[in-house]
Amino acid sequence: MNRHLSWFGITSLTLGLAFMYLPILVLVIYSFNDSEMITLWSHPSLRWYEKLFTDGNYWGPAWTTLRISLVSSVLATILGVMISLVVTRMRKFKGRSLFVGMTIAPLVLPEVITGLALLLLFIAMGVERGFMTVIIAHTTFAMCFVSVIVTARMAEFDMSTEEAARDLGCGPVMAFFHATLPAILPAIVAAFLLAFALSLDNLVVTTFTTGPGITTLPMRVFSEIRTGVKPEINALSTMVILLVTCVAITSSLLTKRSAAKRVAAADSPPATSQLASA
Amino acid sequence: MLALSEAPAVGSETSTPWTNAQATPLVEIRSVSKQYGDFTAIGDLSLKIYPGEFFALLGPSGCGKSTLLRMLAGFETPTAGEILLNGEDMVPMPPEKRPVNMMFQSYALFPHLTLEQNIAFGLKRMKLPKGEIDSRVEEMLQLVQMTTQAKRKPHQISGGQRQRIALARSLARRPKMLLLDEPMGALDKKLRRETQLELMDIQHRLGTTFVIVTHDQEEAMTVASRIAIMDHGKLMQVAPPIDTYETPASRYVAEFVGDTNIFTGSVTAAGSSALDFTLEVSGQSLNALPQPGIAAPDARYLNVRPEKMAVSKDRVDDGSNYLRGRIDEVAYLGNLSTYYVDVGLDQRVLVQMTNSQRFGSERFAEDDNVWVSWYPQDGQLLDR
Repeated sequence: MNRHLSWFGITSLTLGLAFMYLPILVLVIYSFNDSEMITLWSHPSLRWYEKLFTDGNYWGPAWTTLRISLVSSVLATILGVMISLVVTRMRKFKGRSLFVGMTIAPLVLPEVITGLALLLLFIAMGVERGFMTVIIAHTTFAMCFVSVIVTARMAEFDMSTEEAARDLGCGPVMAFFHATLPAILPAIVAAFLLAFALSLDNLVVTTFTTGPGITTLPMRVFSEIRTGVKPEINALSTMVILLVTCVAITSSLLTKRSAAKRVAAADSPPATSQLASA
Repeated sequence: MLALSEAPAVGSETSTPWTNAQATPLVEIRSVSKQYGDFTAIGDLSLKIYPGEFFALLGPSGCGKSTLLRMLAGFETPTAGEILLNGEDMVPMPPEKRPVNMMFQSYALFPHLTLEQNIAFGLKRMKLPKGEIDSRVEEMLQLVQMTTQAKRKPHQISGGQRQRIALARSLARRPKMLLLDEPMGALDKKLRRETQLELMDIQHRLGTTFVIVTHDQEEAMTVASRIAIMDHGKLMQVAPPIDTYETPASRYVAEFVGDTNIFTGSVTAAGSSALDFTLEVSGQSLNALPQPGIAAPDARYLNVRPEKMAVSKDRVDDGSNYLRGRIDEVAYLGNLSTYYVDVGLDQRVLVQMTNSQRFGSERFAEDDNVWVSWYPQDGQLLDR
């Protein structure tokens, strides 16, 4: 195959990247704009960043968001891994394929429905809505993403590795922690980071399930925008983009590294090379 | 060096313990069966394995040989029956408590640990002092000639080397019995042959009882002191390699171990030292010898191995059995020539002749009219 990009390739790459990242680029540039008018460029300054940090208007919601994301992504990871264990280990039980389908469904279900359903449930159960309900809601949708990622890794995990640990003197629980967990850890970390990022910027489900006094950052930003976009939103968005980018890159690097390791393991020199040294 | 004190004395009297009714087996499998729903993986199987044996479980895939091995390791529980190790029932014991170790087909090395950590894994679980662990790891690395690679990780070495580390890891705990599940399945043919010899050497040095599962009959014949041939969860024959080949217990074993020719018919005249075996298809009469353990009227098959037969242009009156035929197909294999001869029966007869001379050996071509012959003592009567 030709390793150089054709004109067609270059054009589609440029268009694709522009389509995705031009809006973000404009936003980042305008976050350094001095003007009060969001669409009018005057000269560069860090004025809005300064305002953001002195204002305090966003710090409360940011702190709330971080706490919610952290707690819900930890819970989602634990539950998601448990789902994966059931799906990959228990090959035969009644309603297995239904169960597998149900763990994937929330990925394609419109968020409005998830949000509304949870809201109705909370009302029906008489639960006071607030911090806890948002965490439960975020955990619910994030654990599905976790289970999909971890199941994919578990499916290619050689079960005899765990059996080998049993054979060499580990009890069932020890064998899981000594043999299985180290092998699937990169996938679990990547899934955790994804769950964290998904929770961090969720608006729809949060809006449905939150209660009085609990406002997350995406909610605050959205309510500010309704009365006209303020320039400090640009600065705030830029910082969120930076954070999410870091998380996404870390997650992808982890996945790649473990994949590369497995490929290296599979592609290592053929057994015959042993002959020469033996 | 390794503790050889546990090794049994290998002498002429003790090298065939299965012939001695007084000998104590290491493992005794007592009418074990395993059901998966309606499917019978193992059906009422009994077997004794003696200390120091290199025992092979041989059979086609799905015959239950792996299930049996996994029962010995503790990964499967029998539906019924007992498995005794030194007289003690192993069935209730979980795998981690059994004095038995297994080498897995996929090797199942821990990818996140170095080779020496892999070998030390089982020793750490035994809570041995650190010095003891280190010396045993070193010992094992020497045994499999991998001392220079100790700090590497499994994905940095070749398949053959991984196989050695898997062997070292499973031997490190000094098990009473080592179970090997298709240990050479992933190796190429040449390396496999070398590894077989090495495995035999290691087994001989340690004196540990080895139980190997394989579907490769050549491999089983090479390494094993005794072979158990299995089919559909039952034992078809348990015998040393030479007996499974030269004195198979049934048509199934004869056909599974190597190539053979089976003639169907019945004994029509029986003397004390010679029999007449009449072929069902042609009514032709062949000379055969009485087979110990088989009453003459029960004999249904005559089994003749292809290398015990010869193809010739002329018939010599030397007491051999002769069948007239025409060569259908010739396969020249270098060391051997295989002739498929149409002798007017429902089957083609397979004859193998050694090409012992470069040009002198008599060769035949397709459509040649020939005689196929064998001595009566080279045919074996079978009743099933």
